[in-house]
Amino acid sequence: MSRRIVVDPITRIEGHLRVDVVIDDNNTITDAYASGTLFRGIETILKGRDPRDAGFMTQRICGVCTYSHYKAGIEAVENALGIIPPYNAQLVRSLMGIALFMHDHVVHFYHLHGLDWCDITQALAADPRKASDLAFRYADFPVATGADELTAVQARVKTFVDKGHLGPFANAYWGHSTYRFTPEQNLIVLSHYLKALEVQRLAAQMMAVFGAKQPHPQSLTVGGVTCIMDLESPKRLGEFLTRFEQTADFIKRAYYADVKMAAEAYGSEDSVLQGCNIRNFMASSQYPISRTESLFDSGYILDGDLSRVYDIDDEHITEEATHAWYQNNEPLHPYEGKTQPNYTGFQDGDTVNGPAKILDGQGKYSWVKAPRYNGKPMEVGPLAQMLVSYGRGNPRVQKLVNNFLSETGLPVEALFTTLGRTAGRMLQTMLMVEGGHEAFGNLVENLKVDRETCAAYSIDNNREYRGSFSGDVPRGALSHWVTIKNGVIDHYQCVVPSTWNASPRDAQGQPGPYEAALVGTTVADPTQPLEIIRTIHSFDPCLACAIHVMDVEGNCLAEYRVDPQTGQTS
Amino acid sequence: MVRSRDAQSDSKSQYYENLKSQAQQRLEQLRAASPVKEGPSLLQRLEGNGVSRRDFMKWAAAMAAALSLPVTFRREVAQAAELLDRIPVIYLHLAECTGCSESLLRSDSPTLDTLIFDYISLEYHETLMAASGWQSEEILETSMEQHKGNYILMVEGAVPMAAGGTYLTIGPHAHTGEYILRKAADGAAAVIAVGACATYGGIQAARPNPTNARRISRVVNKAVINIAGCPPSEANIIGTILHYVLFGTLPALDSFGRPRWAYNMRVHDMCERRGRFDAGEFVQRFGDDGARRGYCLYRVGCKGPFTFNNCAIERFNQHTSWPIQAGHGCIGCSEPDFWDTMAPYEEPRKNHLYAGVFGGMGADATADKIGIGLLTATAVGIGAHAIYSITQGNFRNPSLDDKKSVVPSQESTDQSTETESQPK
Repeated sequence: MSRRIVVDPITRIEGHLRVDVVIDDNNTITDAYASGTLFRGIETILKGRDPRDAGFMTQRICGVCTYSHYKAGIEAVENALGIIPPYNAQLVRSLMGIALFMHDHVVHFYHLHGLDWCDITQALAADPRKASDLAFRYADFPVATGADELTAVQARVKTFVDKGHLGPFANAYWGHSTYRFTPEQNLIVLSHYLKALEVQRLAAQMMAVFGAKQPHPQSLTVGGVTCIMDLESPKRLGEFLTRFEQTADFIKRAYYADVKMAAEAYGSEDSVLQGCNIRNFMASSQYPISRTESLFDSGYILDGDLSRVYDIDDEHITEEATHAWYQNNEPLHPYEGKTQPNYTGFQDGDTVNGPAKILDGQGKYSWVKAPRYNGKPMEVGPLAQMLVSYGRGNPRVQKLVNNFLSETGLPVEALFTTLGRTAGRMLQTMLMVEGGHEAFGNLVENLKVDRETCAAYSIDNNREYRGSFSGDVPRGALSHWVTIKNGVIDHYQCVVPSTWNASPRDAQGQPGPYEAALVGTTVADPTQPLEIIRTIHSFDPCLACAIHVMDVEGNCLAEYRVDPQTGQTS
Repeated sequence: MVRSRDAQSDSKSQYYENLKSQAQQRLEQLRAASPVKEGPSLLQRLEGNGVSRRDFMKWAAAMAAALSLPVTFRREVAQAAELLDRIPVIYLHLAECTGCSESLLRSDSPTLDTLIFDYISLEYHETLMAASGWQSEEILETSMEQHKGNYILMVEGAVPMAAGGTYLTIGPHAHTGEYILRKAADGAAAVIAVGACATYGGIQAARPNPTNARRISRVVNKAVINIAGCPPSEANIIGTILHYVLFGTLPALDSFGRPRWAYNMRVHDMCERRGRFDAGEFVQRFGDDGARRGYCLYRVGCKGPFTFNNCAIERFNQHTSWPIQAGHGCIGCSEPDFWDTMAPYEEPRKNHLYAGVFGGMGADATADKIGIGLLTATAVGIGAHAIYSITQGNFRNPSLDDKKSVVPSQESTDQSTETESQPK
């Protein structure tokens, strides 16, 4: 007899996400449904606005990968207007992007995903001295794992546990049978969890040096960047470089080591060696680090076949809403995207935890639409980027991936799993560190002979413009699509990483990557679905990104026209 | 003259004496209350992290200054920080982007993130908590019950009200954001709105506001402290919590519900480029020679003169930078409805000029009336610059109606005044 597990909210993510799964008598997941449960409507709001404002507004789609939509919004408009920003500006934008990756992935691994792998209560049983020795097995020079430091960390957590009031650590799935770290390993990760809180502050400062602040930096403008004074100050360049080195150091000596340790400890845990039932991956090029080289490659692969990487043709990207809370079901290209809400709500149902609202898998059940490439669902994200770049023969990526596989003894097949997705993100961060050094060097050299940071341009109110941005950001392939008419934005659409990954089913009944990833996983205890959380977190969900794509562009709202000067509607 | 200055300073010191005794009373109460957590004291823990008593008192003095209190309050600030663990905090996410939580995560000063994790009892926070699903909702229920009347409710995000609130549901029972907020606010000792969305509706409430997103003060039946900004700096978030702990009351607020200690000055007044403004030195176009020299950004759209916040002093990310330092104008993100009233962000606020300053929509209508004479002079200056900028600017102005925007005639000025004073 089948039973249902509802997990809502999925915490430690950005945004509002629910997952409903159906399990059989063996507690194996037979069906899964992912639902975004918030609707915001930012694209509708962009209509009628000054195109130069697009980046500032789209940036507020997400405060976690904050810079991604800012850059996308600015570059989509530049593409429409035919502007190529100066080389200095391109490099600064890459460096800010690289800073974002280094920040985002560290926070994700330690503060959002880490507690899925590390049982902090088990760290109490560890012998700090043994743990200190053990750390050398995974890193030549381990971070924050001296016996004295580990003892202090242990004492700190012991206070938490002893007093029985765990604050943000309360009521989690501690003691769950699929936690695989030894007490010593748990203690190492816990120490890094705390250390990473400091490191993420440095990484955020790194972006703020050129970006004014993080989240929501403010130094990009259509045509280039505005932080010319920071670029011309050796002190500011030094501040960036110092933060960069400090963060890079932690990534190399802690993050890399901990993922290696997880690969070893979880090498026999079935629930993390699945989680990749859609083996189609898509990625976009991004981040120039010199005049000739970008860090990422573009393309897609089908059915896990790394020997063939296909070129992406934008014409084949569509979104449809058969199972999403909108009226128009048919697949539409982003330039034609239509979305009128048609909320049908939840059903009353029974779950392993008792009566609750459940998703109507037969009908509509999510605010996230279903993007498809040539009719196929695609997984996007760091793993997809690593696989596509690997398949393309990118030498940096091949070296990183091959080294990791040989150091851990894992086969290539291990990449197509929950564990592989988490490893892929770490490897991508290593790539950013390597590329960041080069980009920074190139910027310093170029500034000696070239002070241009911003291209001049004009907008002709009598012309129509159309343009787009596409590129990989921390959660995967992102694209923005803009049409400009009468000097204002006429149509705006974003197809974002979490929409691809959190997609509901389509008209053919094909599930999205989250949904497919869960099917076949057996949960040890249906009332404590740690395996579900772990697999979903391995995608690094960012639901505000996925949800914003709701564009209420039906008949009634299409006539809305916003005067951005007076705020008047007519 | 001399006598009157003495009298003034007497009454001022009396004022601070009273304030101080109020703070001490409050701290006494907190000390008497049983702590939520036990364990080594704050100082012991800080010392464990290499922070000495001296460093801590230095930090407390800086925090006192940030709260616009005399340095003699450093002891009370330090004690307040040590007593933070008496205060349970429930933090809700509604319609938002999580940028404010990210800002909180970067919080300032000697290991302040450690303070947050160790010293307030953060009961519920979706981005940070370990529990998920049923288990996380159980925590929300029990802590609202257990700490009824005592917890601080912090809210990030606006409340979507369209379609019966169903544009946001949370939890196994799919309660709406509105339902959860009302319930949590009922038992809260204080309600703090964090960031542009919770304070004034934010981006989703920008016209045409497709989800009928509302600021939380229009939904809950309690006074709400608005920590404005998109996102607010970490110092403003932490400072506001400290104020509550210190005095047990809401801080003095301006007419938009913002704590005066952080939002009582215009960005323009404290700006490092203010001298350039006064000297008439303006960036004409991003990337020009004036931009390299740090000229004023007014002509490329800075909204500093219309925006109340302490960014120029506190800056962001542990004082690393702020928008004007990075060469971009202020977009006015701590003002109500700034997405509509401050756009376009890279042009002077010409059509809004007079209505913005005197018509009641802008921050200038806050309780701080002292600077009004000065502001009048500034406003006239700004007006002249604006007109000059429009005729001389290198950027094409893609406004909807070009003729109207070139020279703001009396007629168009009146019109915009009228539009703006209409209730929304």
